[in-house]
Amino acid sequence: MDKVEAESAASPYITATFRIRRFNPEIAAEAVWEDFTIEIDPKERVLDALHKIKWDVDGTLTFRRSCAHGICGSDAMRINGRNRLACKTLIKDLSPEKPISVEPIKGLTVLKDLVVDMDPFFQAYRDVMPFLITSGNEPTRERLQSAADRERFDDTTKCILCAACTSSCPVFWNDGQYFGPAAIVNAHRFIFDSRDEAGEQRLEILNDRDGVWRCRTTFNCTDACPRGIEVTKAIQEVKRALITRRF
Amino acid sequence: MTTSDIKLTGSSSEISPENPAPVIEAPRARTAKTPKATRGNFEMYGWLFMRLSGIVLVVLVIGHLLIQLVLDGGVSKVSFAFVAGRWASPFWQAWDLIMLWLAMLHGANGLRTVINDYAERDNTRFWLKMLLYAATIFTVLLGTLVIFTFDPNIR
Repeated sequence: MDKVEAESAASPYITATFRIRRFNPEIAAEAVWEDFTIEIDPKERVLDALHKIKWDVDGTLTFRRSCAHGICGSDAMRINGRNRLACKTLIKDLSPEKPISVEPIKGLTVLKDLVVDMDPFFQAYRDVMPFLITSGNEPTRERLQSAADRERFDDTTKCILCAACTSSCPVFWNDGQYFGPAAIVNAHRFIFDSRDEAGEQRLEILNDRDGVWRCRTTFNCTDACPRGIEVTKAIQEVKRALITRRF
Repeated sequence: MTTSDIKLTGSSSEISPENPAPVIEAPRARTAKTPKATRGNFEMYGWLFMRLSGIVLVVLVIGHLLIQLVLDGGVSKVSFAFVAGRWASPFWQAWDLIMLWLAMLHGANGLRTVINDYAERDNTRFWLKMLLYAATIFTVLLGTLVIFTFDPNIR
C-alpha cells in the first residue's frame, strides 16, 4: 500500500478537466458544454487529451486530426478562447488547474462536436488562384529565382490552411463573405513571387468589396497563426501593392 | 479506466423514419444569391480617404477646439458675435466648410463600415445605410448652406 502511494506521488499525471463544446444534430439542435475529467501528463498535448477521451471515455467525441504534428492543419480549434492547433498546445501551458475549454473554430458551420464545414474557407482559397500562372513555353529546367526574390514571400509559404486565422477574424464571423486572412496570405505568396505572372489578376480579385479593404487590422489572425506567419503584415502589403499599382 | 466507465452518449438509435435527424443548416457558401464580385476601386478610394481625411482632420479639429474652447477666455467667449466675426473671414469659412465635409464623410464612411461589419441581414444593412446616407446628406447640405448664407445682421 505504501509502495502504491509512493508511486502515485511520483506520478507525472495530474487531473485535468476538459470542457468540450458538444454538438450532435441528430440528438439536439443546441450545442452543450460537457466536462471530461481525466488523468493526464501535463507535458502531453491537448490532442492527446482528446484522444484519451475519445478512446477511453466517450467514443462519440468527434474532431479532425491527421498528422498530429502541426503540419496538416486539421486540428485547429478554439482552446481556452484562442484559436490554436490541438497538436501543438501543451496542457501545462493552459493552467490545467482550471477547466480547459475546447470549442470548434468560429464563423464556420459546426457539423458535429469540433468538426466544422470548411467549404467556405476553401472556396475563398480557390478564388485567389493559389497556383503558378505563367505564359510562354514551359522551361525544360527549373524556374530559377534569386535568393532575395524567394525571401520576398517566404513568410507566406508557411501556411498550412488550418483556418485558425480566418476563423479568428471578426469580419469573417459576420457573414463569411470576406475572403479572410488565409486566402489573402496565399494570394500574397503568388503576388510577390517573381516567377508568377498573374499578380495583377489576384490583386484585382482582392480589390473586391469583400477583399483586403475589409481588413480592420485587429491582428487576431497574426495572434492565431500556429506557424507564426505575420498575417496582418501580408494583408497590408497587398493593400500597399494595390495602391501603388494605381498611383 | 475500465469499460464499465465508458459513457455511451449520442447514439443514433433514436433516429428513425418517424424521427428523422434534423437538417443541418447549409454553410455560408458562395451560392447563386451571393453578390457578384465588384469591379472598380470604390473600396480602395474609401480606405485611402479615411487615412488622408483623418490626417487633415487632426489639424482642423484640434485647431477648432483650441480656438473655441481653450484660447482667449475659453468657451465662455463663444457667442453670436464671436461666430459672426470669424465667419466674416473667408479663411475661417473655408476652414469650417472643409472640416464639415471631411468630418461628415469620414464619419459616414466609418459608420458604413460598421454597418457592413455588423448588420447580418441584407435588408437591415440596406436600410441602415439609407438612413445613414440621408442623415449625412442632410447635415452636410444644411451646414454648407449656413456657412455660405450666414447673415450677421439677422437680429
